[in-house]
Amino acid sequence: MSGYHANAFTKGSPLGRYVIKRFVQMVVLFLVFFALSWIALQAIPGNSIEQQLRLNPNLPPEAITQALARRGLDKPPLEQFWLYTKAFFTGDLGVSWSRYPQPVSKLIAERLPRTVMLFSVALLFQYLIGFQAGKYLAWRRNKRGEIAITIAGVSLFTVFYPWFGLMMILLFAVKLGWVPTNGFIVEATWRGAPVSANHVMVIMFFSLLAVTAFIGLTSWASSRLDQPNRRRLVKIGAWVVGLGGFWLFWATNQYLVYAKDVAVHLVLPVSVLTMVGFAGVMLITRTSMLETMKEDFVTTARAKGLSEAMVRDRHAARTALLPVSTSLVLAVATVIDGGIITESIFGWPGMGQLLLASVVSEDIPVALAAFSFTGILALLGHFAADILYGVLDPRIRVTSQG
Amino acid sequence: MDTKQVPESLQRIEVQIPDRPLWRIRAGLLWESFKSNWKLFKRNRVGLVGLVVIILFAILGLAQPILFATGVWDAKIYDVRTGNDTRVRIAEMTVVANVDEVIDPTSQIDRRRLIAEGENVQVGDVIQRELKHPWPPDRHHLLGTDPNGSDILSQLMYGARAAFGLGLLAAFVTVFIATTVGSVAAYFGGWVDSFFMRFADLLLMLPILAVLIVASSFGRFKLWHLAIFLGLLGGFGGTAIVLKSQALSVKVKPFIDAARVAGGNNWRIVTAHLIPNVMPLSFLYVMFSVTGAISSEAVLSFLGLLNIQMSWGLMINKTQSAGYLLNPATWWLIVPAGLAVTLLAGAFYLAGRGMDEIINPRLRNR
Repeated sequence: MSGYHANAFTKGSPLGRYVIKRFVQMVVLFLVFFALSWIALQAIPGNSIEQQLRLNPNLPPEAITQALARRGLDKPPLEQFWLYTKAFFTGDLGVSWSRYPQPVSKLIAERLPRTVMLFSVALLFQYLIGFQAGKYLAWRRNKRGEIAITIAGVSLFTVFYPWFGLMMILLFAVKLGWVPTNGFIVEATWRGAPVSANHVMVIMFFSLLAVTAFIGLTSWASSRLDQPNRRRLVKIGAWVVGLGGFWLFWATNQYLVYAKDVAVHLVLPVSVLTMVGFAGVMLITRTSMLETMKEDFVTTARAKGLSEAMVRDRHAARTALLPVSTSLVLAVATVIDGGIITESIFGWPGMGQLLLASVVSEDIPVALAAFSFTGILALLGHFAADILYGVLDPRIRVTSQG
Repeated sequence: MDTKQVPESLQRIEVQIPDRPLWRIRAGLLWESFKSNWKLFKRNRVGLVGLVVIILFAILGLAQPILFATGVWDAKIYDVRTGNDTRVRIAEMTVVANVDEVIDPTSQIDRRRLIAEGENVQVGDVIQRELKHPWPPDRHHLLGTDPNGSDILSQLMYGARAAFGLGLLAAFVTVFIATTVGSVAAYFGGWVDSFFMRFADLLLMLPILAVLIVASSFGRFKLWHLAIFLGLLGGFGGTAIVLKSQALSVKVKPFIDAARVAGGNNWRIVTAHLIPNVMPLSFLYVMFSVTGAISSEAVLSFLGLLNIQMSWGLMINKTQSAGYLLNPATWWLIVPAGLAVTLLAGAFYLAGRGMDEIINPRLRNR
């Protein structure tokens, strides 16, 4: 068995060689990125930690020296870098300076589920709506409504996002009072709660994931069925069973009150993210569909006498899905960076806010950890997108030329 | 004496050599291709909408200095930062119980303050009072004034110039670098290619907003600093990758081989054959880069990280710091600025899409 594997990944397949080469490049790239981030953060003029300590009149100079020594700031920069790198790669992310002495890994573990929750729901809606809209837009080329939808879509795509978010808060939270203005929970609800907010969010996330996967997989499987009636039946059945199961799960769940609180706070940020993000997906899908529709196999499908909806959904759209899925992978990779503004505006205490606060307060251990986290996500995202392209589209051959 | 025996067709060819200088022929060809491209662009109405919006904003930006120079606007009143309208504007105001009940500061006033000033009024009274800035739109200030008394329309016009300056500078830096890097990487391949592409990956890994915040802490950023910085990030980053793939598809065309066979050196082939054929796509990316640069500037000045006179993002930032942000009653402080960023960024994007259909024939109508 092992011999087979070695063969498949070294000599035999160009894909295996490509994967290994890319992986090595990724490791090197990450090291460079890590070092550059460290240098950039160190080079910020003014040492905020030292300034803060010196501004405290109750601290004697020895205490300041001691406090700096505890953070390793009395050592020469190169030694600091070496110590930090060693600790980082052995899994010790250090302690936060601004929230001393909380460990950085604990801060990230606390923030990450919130960001994942918010953006997984938002991305789900963005891609579902965006893909459908793009499909119809391409199909209705040069018909009434195309220009209106395109212009509306582009306006949403290039909208000045912080402003748009504020406007939505103004309208739906301040004026109409339908949803809370900011935050992710109401503290009063959670006083004496038997469970942490993050725990509830994790349950919410996985229940949502299970339902989406169930509906998605069943619908996909149903498209293999030959009879249109049976296909429709299975599809509707999947939705009913999936949504019914979801409802049943939460109706009987003891944490329902808490989940509701989180869900209410999710509504506005998710809607705004969906409105802003779906247009991008729509435009990618449209371009990709237009290119696909020129292909011979679409003409062939038409010539076979298939219905327009059939040609669109089963022949053109499926091939056009390729760039869309790639962009989804890349969107996942840039979630934290993109989350900075969203989380600041809606007061959602996630990774983006952590990154922003750490950079502004020069909390270097937290900032470096957050930078590394985004860097690793981006690297893996690009890598996954490349591989995905090769696997999904057999016409694209991976060559060993970088 | 033999000339009479030369066949007639050959003589005709000699006559047809044009006597115009070469540059005029080239200009003529350019004009022809511009005309045919314009026809294609016009057919795509989406691009035309974008172009119209861009021109409107350009007129808006250019009109401000003209208004100042011709004396229609007095700099004392209409300057974007120091301007202040000191005229007295009287408004009818309803008295409410306390500060918290003042929803619309232009038509409501709190009773406690009036009593402290020695006026005896009851809740619900309507009194005549001098209106403090921000003023709602009127004849003199078409979009009202900000809390300091400066004219919003004037700020909007200045912001248009700032956005054009920043957007175009950033876009040209981006595309100049990206075209050069992409062509060189595609032509030479090997380690040159690997180096530039991995460098592009490195830049794409960066959390852009966080990096800009770090960069702005090295000293207050001026507008052109930001433009160059954004240009470098985009030029060595994502745009370089796109333009390299375009250059790769040009590199395998027969005319490149022909140029090499004819004895052209690398420099000549890259500058005279490769880059001109990547240029159409480069122009397209100028458009998309402008969109990105305008949005980035707006976000940064919204966060108050730039050292600039006035911009659309800064207008919202100032509204926020004056405490008028989430108040629907003072809409003119936040709506025009946000709408302007959205419209201009969107217009460049739409114009880019219009150009896309010229450059990419696969998108054209059947």
